[in-house]
Amino acid sequence: MGRTVSSMPSTAARVVLVTGVSRFLGARVANTLQADPRIERVIGVDTVPPTTSLGRTEFVRVDIRTPSIAKVISSAEVDTVVHLNLVTAPSGPRSRVKELNVIGTMQLLAACQRSPDMRKLVVRSSAAVYGSSPMDPAVFAERDEPVEPPTSGYAKDAVEVEGYVRGLQRRRSDLTVSVLRFVNFLGPGVDSPLTRYLRMPVVPTVLGFDPRLQFVHEDDGIEVLRRMTVEDHPGCFNVAGDGVLLLSQALRRAGRSFVPVPAPSFAALGDAGRRFAGMSGFSPELQRLLTYGRVVDTTALVNELAWRPKYGSEAAFADFVSARGLGRTVPMALLDRLTTVLGRE
Amino acid sequence: MNAQLHDEQPAERGARVIPLNAARQDEEPAERHPLERRVAAGLAFLRRRLAGEYEVDEFGFDPELNRNVLLPAARVLYERWFRVELAGTEHVPRKGGALIVANHSGTVPLDGIMLSVAVHDHLERDLRLLGADLIYQVPVLGHLSRKAGHTLASPADAARLLAKDELVGVFPEGFKGVGKPFGERYQLQRFGRGGFVETALRANVPIIPCAIVGAEEIYPKIADLRPLARLLGVPYFPVTPTFPWLGPAGLLPLPSKWMIAFGEPMPLDDYGPEAADDPMTVFNLTDHVRETVQQMLYDTLLRRGPAFF
Repeated sequence: MGRTVSSMPSTAARVVLVTGVSRFLGARVANTLQADPRIERVIGVDTVPPTTSLGRTEFVRVDIRTPSIAKVISSAEVDTVVHLNLVTAPSGPRSRVKELNVIGTMQLLAACQRSPDMRKLVVRSSAAVYGSSPMDPAVFAERDEPVEPPTSGYAKDAVEVEGYVRGLQRRRSDLTVSVLRFVNFLGPGVDSPLTRYLRMPVVPTVLGFDPRLQFVHEDDGIEVLRRMTVEDHPGCFNVAGDGVLLLSQALRRAGRSFVPVPAPSFAALGDAGRRFAGMSGFSPELQRLLTYGRVVDTTALVNELAWRPKYGSEAAFADFVSARGLGRTVPMALLDRLTTVLGRE
Repeated sequence: MNAQLHDEQPAERGARVIPLNAARQDEEPAERHPLERRVAAGLAFLRRRLAGEYEVDEFGFDPELNRNVLLPAARVLYERWFRVELAGTEHVPRKGGALIVANHSGTVPLDGIMLSVAVHDHLERDLRLLGADLIYQVPVLGHLSRKAGHTLASPADAARLLAKDELVGVFPEGFKGVGKPFGERYQLQRFGRGGFVETALRANVPIIPCAIVGAEEIYPKIADLRPLARLLGVPYFPVTPTFPWLGPAGLLPLPSKWMIAFGEPMPLDDYGPEAADDPMTVFNLTDHVRETVQQMLYDTLLRRGPAFF
């Protein structure tokens, strides 16, 4: 993971391709990039048409699992690819999600390797690559190996995606490659398994465990992706807001009522949720995160960008809470009344 | 006249008494205030806890919970049950990183908790212990241990804590020490693989040897039910004179008399961080620390005298 000599836009992005543009993160990144006058063209690709207006971003409906993505890259002379296609929400059957994540990335990287115009690759990965186990060190830095590598779900996909990206780096050492390991996104616009979990009427937690969690605000995440795209920051970086929240603490701040259930029941609840239509349930990765938690070190990112996320984990969570209208519950009001009554006497 | 005088005098005295009474009446609300303040403080604490308005660090350390709930519970054992006596507190630096290396014993690792109380109450610092990974697999114990400021015994965590100028405590004997039979009491086991010396060398912090006397007698382990231990996935299943014979009452530790002694800090400045990569230096230092702790153990044991009185 070499450090950049200068963060000046030496290989300035001219034509940027954004994958996964029809989803929340892709759409917002495309919107941010097209506001930059130095970028001539922003091309967004996805398998489904976008639901919101993309402005001057040119949308191409193409499945990145097929070789046709290579045609888009070569004909438009794409020099920068921002790969945001990692599907972290269990949308549809697992085999299809895995296809999208892994086979899609392989095709995209194959096309990147061929293209003589390619200069830069920015990949959205996940802090889930570190896994989550009781034997974990308290804080993961980028060079740390997972104690128990993830064995399922998008976390395993992310590990495989990073593996293929390293392969491309070996073969095309002229490329600037940035891999970003994001912790859970949170903010007014985010809809993820975690936000759905936090919004359950009564939130189940794992009895006897209180995981440490970190969040990154959507605005900060997009700013990091923008800077990685328009500036040169090769390497692998953890992205998270400063600070740590415990799950119990977060639920109390959000005024959610929660009920601790034994770990096996928690897993059964997740399975039941997945099986019934309309509910996403908890994936095994989410279950492990909500049992053992995970904290990553963001020193490398802060030093590289000379910038700190605007929102810490607590602020990102607070913004999510206020945007979703979650808040105080009855006992707090009672307690406040009791305090004022005592204060008056 | 005399009678009148006599009558007047008590009246005068009475008049003198009235201001005193008035003063006492003024004092009364002031006397009620501390209680009210305590109730108000208690309510404010409860409110902060229920609203989640407290801070934890990246290790999950919750100083407020530790100070107000976890330590007071342990302090009862510390002061009334084990009657812990401290020695050599002047050897522990009041600020800056340092590594306390102590012996481990007692079947149930209460020595770690008592050491935390000692350091918090008498040195005004938070002790950050490095614990076995088993602790973090067990429900309740894992997160309480993190909230009390402790973390996993891994070089990365230890280095991170020392870089933050924290006071870190470690029991290099691990399970071999805490689970040894009663017959081997006060005999130090192998000091791990010297990882703690490497960590201290890299962080360039002094090692403070520490002897804990008394923990050996709290649950005298006279036998070990290995098949049951394997079944439960724990390192040992102890049999003590009271456990499991007396049921839950057998869980009560015996009220032994404790002494905790800190030794002179061993500065590692002369070696430099690169010495951490020289196994011979690390082994020699490990042995040196072990011998120091063993010697301190014998001395402290002599000073204590009988185990229970």
